Amino acid sequence: MATELHGQIGPVEKETPAEIPADGPADGPADAPAGPDAPAAVRVHGLTRTFDGRAVIDRLELTVRPGEFVALLGHSGCGKSTLLRILAGLDREIEGEVLVPRTKAVAFQSPRLMPWKRVWRNVLLGLPGRPGRAVAERALAEVGLGHRSTAWPKTLSGGEAQRASLARALVREPDLLLLDEPFGALDALTRIKAQQLVAELWQRRGCAVLLVTHDVEEALLLADRVLVMDHGVIAYEREIGLDRPRDISDPRFAELRAELLDRLGVVAPTAAPTAAPTTATAASPAASPRKAA
Amino acid sequence: MSPVLEPVVPLSARRRTVPRWLRRTTGPLVLLIAWQVCSATGVLSPDTLASPGTIARTASDLIGDGTLPHAMLVSVQRVLVGLLIGAVAGVSLALVSGLSRLGEDLVDATVQMLRTIPWVGMIPLFIIWLGIGEAPKIALISLGVTFHLYLNVYAGIRGVDAQLIEAGTSLGLGRWGLIRHVVLPGALPGAMTGLRYSLATAWLALVFGETINADDGIGFLLNRAREFFQTDVIVVCLIVYAALGLLADFIVRTLERLLLQWRPSFTGK
Repeated sequence: MATELHGQIGPVEKETPAEIPADGPADGPADAPAGPDAPAAVRVHGLTRTFDGRAVIDRLELTVRPGEFVALLGHSGCGKSTLLRILAGLDREIEGEVLVPRTKAVAFQSPRLMPWKRVWRNVLLGLPGRPGRAVAERALAEVGLGHRSTAWPKTLSGGEAQRASLARALVREPDLLLLDEPFGALDALTRIKAQQLVAELWQRRGCAVLLVTHDVEEALLLADRVLVMDHGVIAYEREIGLDRPRDISDPRFAELRAELLDRLGVVAPTAAPTAAPTTATAASPAASPRKAA
Repeated sequence: MSPVLEPVVPLSARRRTVPRWLRRTTGPLVLLIAWQVCSATGVLSPDTLASPGTIARTASDLIGDGTLPHAMLVSVQRVLVGLLIGAVAGVSLALVSGLSRLGEDLVDATVQMLRTIPWVGMIPLFIIWLGIGEAPKIALISLGVTFHLYLNVYAGIRGVDAQLIEAGTSLGLGRWGLIRHVVLPGALPGAMTGLRYSLATAWLALVFGETINADDGIGFLLNRAREFFQTDVIVVCLIVYAALGLLADFIVRTLERLLLQWRPSFTGK
C-alpha cells in the first residue's frame, strides 16, 4: 500500500514542483535502506531550519516507509518538535526538500480542542464537505469515547481530551499521523492506556506514524524504528525487532533501553558508578556497554 | 500517649436558624422603615426627600395616567437605538483592527486616541452639531458603547490562544474557517464583557443626555420634578433608571449563559 506523496512543503518564498530528488538521498545514518523510488510516507532531503541564524535542523535526511511507526527521541530543544511542525506544514520557514502525504493529521501534547465546540463538532472541524455527525461518532467510538460526544471539551478528563484529539486526527484517515508528545501531560496510568490505544489504532489503520517523545520506554513499546535526534540531524537510528505486543520485562527490551539511553547521554541506573562491585559483576548485559564506554 | 480526637462536623449538621434570603432582606427593610419613620415624625421634610409611602403613591399615579410608561418607552428606545449603532460601529472597528494587521495600524491608534476624550465632555459639541432633538442623545449613547465594545472585542480577538489557531490550521481550516470557528468564538467572552460595560455606559449616557436637554422621557420627568421640588417624582425616576439597568444586566447574563455555556462557570460555592 504505497502512500502517494502529494504536498511538498517548500520554502515560503519559492514554489518548487513536487518531485523526488533525482540524486537520491545522501549517505547518512538516518537514511532508510530503501532507494529514492521506494514508496515512502515521508521524504526529507537536506532540510534546514534556522532560528536567528542558529540551525536547529541542519541538512536533515529522513525517510519514513508507508505504515511504519517511527519514534523520534531527543533532548528538549534538539529540534524534534520543530521537525514535526515542519512535516505538519505549520512551519514553512525552511530550506530543503520535504515531501509529505496530502492527508496528514497532528495530535499535540495538549489536546487543543476548541472549548466552544462540543466534542463531536471538534472531531469534524475542518473536514472537507459536510460530514454527518455519524462520522464523528464512529471515530469517537473507536477511541472509546462514544458516550462523551456531546460533552463540552472542558468537562473532559485529561485522558478523555487526548483521546478526543486522537479521534479528531484519525477521522481524517491520514496517511501520516504526527504525534507530538501526546502522552506527556497524562498521568502514568492513563498514559499506559493511551499508548495501548495508539498501538491498536495504528495496527488497524496502517498509517505511518511519527511519534515525537522523550520517553525511551514509550518509543520502544510502540515504534518499528527509533531515531535519536541531536545537533539538528538524525544522529542515530535503531530498528526495533521485538515482537508485539511488547513486554517491558523482556531482557532484550532492557538492553535496547540501555542502549538508547546511552545514545541520549543518560547513564543507566544499573551502571551507576556507585553500584557495589558484587552487583556490577552480576549486572545484566545491558549495563556492560556502559562500563566499556 | 494518643492525641485527643475531635469529630469533623459535616456541613449539613450546621443548623441555619434564619434562611439566607430573609437575612439579606433585613438590611434594606430596616432602612426603609427608618426612612418612613423619619418622614412621619417630620425629621425628614418632604422638600428634602418624600416618604416611601408618598413615593409609592406617586409611582402608581404616574403609571396610572400613562406618564411614566410613555417616558420609559421613549428612554428605552433611545438606549436601544444608541446601543445598536454603537454596537455595529464598535464591533466592526474591532473586527477590522483585530483581524488584519493593516486594519490594526489604521484603526487602533485612532480609536485609542479618541478614547481618551471623556465622552461626557462631547455634549456641547453634539448640541452644536446635532441640535437638541433625539440625535445628540443617541450619539452620546452610541459613543460610550462604541469604545467599550471596541476595546473588549479587539482584546478578545487578539487574546485567542495561538495554540488553537495552530490546531485549526493543522486541521485544514482556511483563513475564513479560522475566523469563524476559532477566532470569533474565542473572542466571545471578551465581547460579552464589553456588552455588559457598554450597557452600563449606555444608561449613564442616557441620564446625562436627558437631563441636559429633553422634552420627553424619564430625564424630562426628572427635570420638571426638580423645578417643582417634587422629590417623590425624582425618586420614582431614579428607581426606574435602576430597574431598567438591572433588567439590562439580567438580559446580558442570560445571553452569557446561553452563548458561553461551554465555559465551566465558577458557581461561587
